[in-house]
Amino acid sequence: MELDAKIPSGPIEKRWERHRFNLKLVNPANKRKYNIIVVGSGLAGGSASATLAELGYNVHCFFFQDSPRRAHSIAAQGGINAAKNYQNDGDSIYRLFFDTVKGGDFRSRESNVYRLAEISLNIIDQCVAQGVPFAREYGGALANRSFGGAQVSRTFYARGQTGQQLLLGAYQALMRQVEAGKVKLYPRTEMLDLVVIDGRARGIVTRNLITGEIRSHVADAVVLGTGGYGNAYYLSTNAKGSNATAIWRAYKRGALFANPCFTQIHPTCIPVTGEYQSKLTLMSESLRNDGRIWVPLKKGDKRAANEIPHEERDYYLERRYPSFGNLVPRDVASRNAKAICDEGRGVGESGFGVYLDFADAIHRLGRHTIEERYGNLFDMYRSITGEDPYNTPMRIYPAIHYTMGGLWVDYNLMSTIPGLYVIGEANFSDHGANRLGASALMQGLADGYFVLPYTIGDYLAGTKLDKTGTDHPAFQEAEANVRCITDRLLKVNGTRTVDSFHRELGKLLWEYCGMSRTAEGLKYALGKIPELREQFWKDVKVLGGSKELNQSLEKAGRVADYFELGELICLDALTRNESCGGHFREEYQTADGEALRNDEDYSYAAAWQYQGEGVEPVLHKERLEFEYVHPSQRSYK
Amino acid sequence: MSAIAVDLKVKQGFRFYESTIGKKVVMAVTGFILFGFVVGHLIGNLQVFGPPEKINNYAVMLRTVPAALWAARIVLLLSVVLHIVASIQLTKLKWDARPVKYQIKENVGSTYASRTMMWSGPIIAAFVIYHLLHFTFGWRVLSPHFDQHNVYNNIIYGFQFWPASLFYIVAMVLLGMHLYHGVWSMFQTLGVSHPRYTPWLRRLALAFALFVAGGNILIPAAVLTGYLKPVMGV
Amino acid sequence: MNVTLHVWRQKQGAGKGRMVRYEARNVSEDMSFLEMLDVVNEELIEKGEEPIAFDHDCREGICGMCGFMINGVAHGPVPGTTVCELHMRHFKDGDDLYIEPWRARAFPVIKDLVVNRSAFDRIIAAGGYISVSTGSAPDGNAIPVPKEKAERAMDAAACIGCGACVAACPNAAAALFTGAKITHLAMLPQGAPERPQRALKMVLQMKEEMFGHCTNIGECEAVCPKQISIEVIARMNHDFIRASWSEREAPYRADQPAGEPSAGGCQ
Repeated sequence: MELDAKIPSGPIEKRWERHRFNLKLVNPANKRKYNIIVVGSGLAGGSASATLAELGYNVHCFFFQDSPRRAHSIAAQGGINAAKNYQNDGDSIYRLFFDTVKGGDFRSRESNVYRLAEISLNIIDQCVAQGVPFAREYGGALANRSFGGAQVSRTFYARGQTGQQLLLGAYQALMRQVEAGKVKLYPRTEMLDLVVIDGRARGIVTRNLITGEIRSHVADAVVLGTGGYGNAYYLSTNAKGSNATAIWRAYKRGALFANPCFTQIHPTCIPVTGEYQSKLTLMSESLRNDGRIWVPLKKGDKRAANEIPHEERDYYLERRYPSFGNLVPRDVASRNAKAICDEGRGVGESGFGVYLDFADAIHRLGRHTIEERYGNLFDMYRSITGEDPYNTPMRIYPAIHYTMGGLWVDYNLMSTIPGLYVIGEANFSDHGANRLGASALMQGLADGYFVLPYTIGDYLAGTKLDKTGTDHPAFQEAEANVRCITDRLLKVNGTRTVDSFHRELGKLLWEYCGMSRTAEGLKYALGKIPELREQFWKDVKVLGGSKELNQSLEKAGRVADYFELGELICLDALTRNESCGGHFREEYQTADGEALRNDEDYSYAAAWQYQGEGVEPVLHKERLEFEYVHPSQRSYK
Repeated sequence: MSAIAVDLKVKQGFRFYESTIGKKVVMAVTGFILFGFVVGHLIGNLQVFGPPEKINNYAVMLRTVPAALWAARIVLLLSVVLHIVASIQLTKLKWDARPVKYQIKENVGSTYASRTMMWSGPIIAAFVIYHLLHFTFGWRVLSPHFDQHNVYNNIIYGFQFWPASLFYIVAMVLLGMHLYHGVWSMFQTLGVSHPRYTPWLRRLALAFALFVAGGNILIPAAVLTGYLKPVMGV
Repeated sequence: MNVTLHVWRQKQGAGKGRMVRYEARNVSEDMSFLEMLDVVNEELIEKGEEPIAFDHDCREGICGMCGFMINGVAHGPVPGTTVCELHMRHFKDGDDLYIEPWRARAFPVIKDLVVNRSAFDRIIAAGGYISVSTGSAPDGNAIPVPKEKAERAMDAAACIGCGACVAACPNAAAALFTGAKITHLAMLPQGAPERPQRALKMVLQMKEEMFGHCTNIGECEAVCPKQISIEVIARMNHDFIRASWSEREAPYRADQPAGEPSAGGCQ
């Protein structure tokens, strides 16, 4: 298969504009003749649904939660980047583009990233107009902060709830279209298969999570905005319901899966307390703006943080990276924390944690300012740990947070299946091997508000689609497939719970394909995962029926997919013999322990093609060209 | 105004009342009228602590312009009726809104007074009927010594019968509670709220509640303790 | 520690349910309430009993999916906290905990502790938005918004739509939820053009959904995980009354895309 990314030619700053002009348009009167399925109601899915409906398309929006407002975008705390340069500190579209390509460790597509930086301006305008209560200066202008490794202040925020507010903006726009009759919502409905007819995506098969009804839905195009797959690791900062089933089933229907091993570990999460731990709670990275990270100099120092004098503390990030200090990118901060804990200098009961200390900031700025900036994060920390971060330093530890990998898409956000579009975290396009802070919200909204609505029209206008219905054999086959999986899960009736399997898989992935990876470890995991999967299908215990609300059954279906996906993650990590961004292979590092890229051999997006159960997928490579930002070794010294 | 415009206004008025807020506004406005009456009534009655002629003359004065008296009575009666009708309709809504009750329900944010408005209200209504029969119309069964021209003595004879005083006192405690929540709630319903003056509105409501309940209780208390005695030949 | 749970179990489609007693053993005080239920559920499954169904998703107090009554208090005893963020250290060994779903006609129980809250979505659909289509926005800094107004808008916008306010209200009123959205948009200049219509439409929808009335008693703000003040209810009342007085024509429905005939909904 030849991967054609359809990247427009010409100078990068003109590409999107020219491309937009070249895209075919659907006649306004014809738009209402098209039905578009959008799966997911988060920043990407929600904004796309609303915008497509505003344009006049008939939109059918599916989500597994009870309301579109609950999508996990809501949990993003820190902010959203935009190259507005309101602070007059030298920011520009080009700089945001440059930072994002560099931050992604030169594994993203330049053209996509440039477009993202360009659109970032419109996103802020749109959100302000929708009533998103961004933080303001006293004069009434929008406030900014610097965030996660950026040297300019370009992050817009709404306290520590930016994701929530942006999502509510998209949700409100969506509900306006629901009221106008242009969007039909399908709450508590999970997509379980993609239907491809004559090589084009023509619909999906869903399970209604309340009634258990399996149903087919026909459309002219299908859009997946279903988020990332971090939950494969069991413990992650994702919501419990976030899952990879939609993209995985699309993969099994022929869409290519790109860079699955590019997972991001977030450095500032609350450490694990016990086996029962169900998820990890992230605290915004913005905390690193004012907090200082340290551990005791001596191994096994069990004194309380406040009893350790200044000279006996190791502010290791400030020591190793004098110019960026505590603001080094996420992967660097995470890896350093793990290394320090592996040395035996970790803090807290388990030894898996480092201090994030606000004593200096409180002394310098006053408690009031700190409260204003991070009040809700501090409250959250206190409520979870029972400790008061105003008096004792926080304990933090890295956790899986975001997945840069996802379904492969071209410049139009279309996957390798014509008519199947993938937006937001579910695709692989913009962040390369590592995502910068406050860029996920930007990408979700850029795709949903400003990219997909144009590009999907090009497909619809230029494609003659035959009329089809749910009685088409392809729908029948997909429905039968879904029923088969459900019945199989219910029939096993073994002895172990779904969660116990998921936890075991998660530990394997975290251990061997987490923060740092080795060929040996990956090979071990690749041997272990199929064994565990086999055991799962023999011994899992799912009670209840298929015709009712059955949360174990939902979980079981998702975990079954994680086994297969977990294998692909490891395979991809093993194939990529270099370190870049979130993918750190211990064999490939510089003398001082930094990621060592191999641009000669691995400057490509790895797109995997499914070949059937038990058969190794085929790797297709999309060469990445860097005409503007020339690959260099990242240095945050 | 065209017929269509009138029709629209009627429809809008109807829709306003249909909403729960519309009904609450009716309760707030009528409540305010009744509250004004209760305060005026108390101030008038406190004249009982002056010379007997004072309150008797006051009673005569109230009746000098029958039209004004009846106008006031009609406004009050209308307020009472609307207040009660709206409250009954709202209570029905409330029952409909939660058909299955909780096995256990704790109250964590509300005062006792605010939760018992639907109990204090009807008891006060019952009391008002009793009170009218007792002092305004002078029903013989309740007021054997009733003399329309001697309000002062009516009050004193009325309260010397201790069960009547007791009912009166209990009703005034409930009225105080009703006003304590009602007066503040009225502002909230009408959309008047501000972090700076809302706490003062609460204090104001408390002050009025104490004033009305305390002032009204003072009279039977003074009679029962013998501080106020009937006067002959006035 | 050990605690005794009394959990509302209701089969799907059944009109009635009952409280069932479970023992939760060896509960760690670092567990969240939902993690404690997870452990109980794991044990139930191993015993071959159906696990307790409850809604949850983000488990960090922001998605609004979780929520039930613990000993008669929505989201349990700690103010400003959802059940997913409520930790077991707030309970004592030997405690009896009564767990019930939200109860309101507008929130019918689906199964066990899971209720249907779509009524909230319909209230938002009735008018809880600013009608601005993608692409038609002026520059973000074109209209200054005073910091204080932005902060007040944010206070109200913090609502997570969990439904605790309805659950705690003796009248099952949705006034705090609706008032919060009306206040959020009313505080901002962008929300001003539709402010009267928004209040009218959302308030009337509340009644349609069979929510009760507000008696200003404050149970809702006491349990609200985001501690939204009932000041927002006064704001809603204010806007509704004002809009009712000044209204000139019947409220219009949500507008159609320019130049498009009504699509009349889709199948």
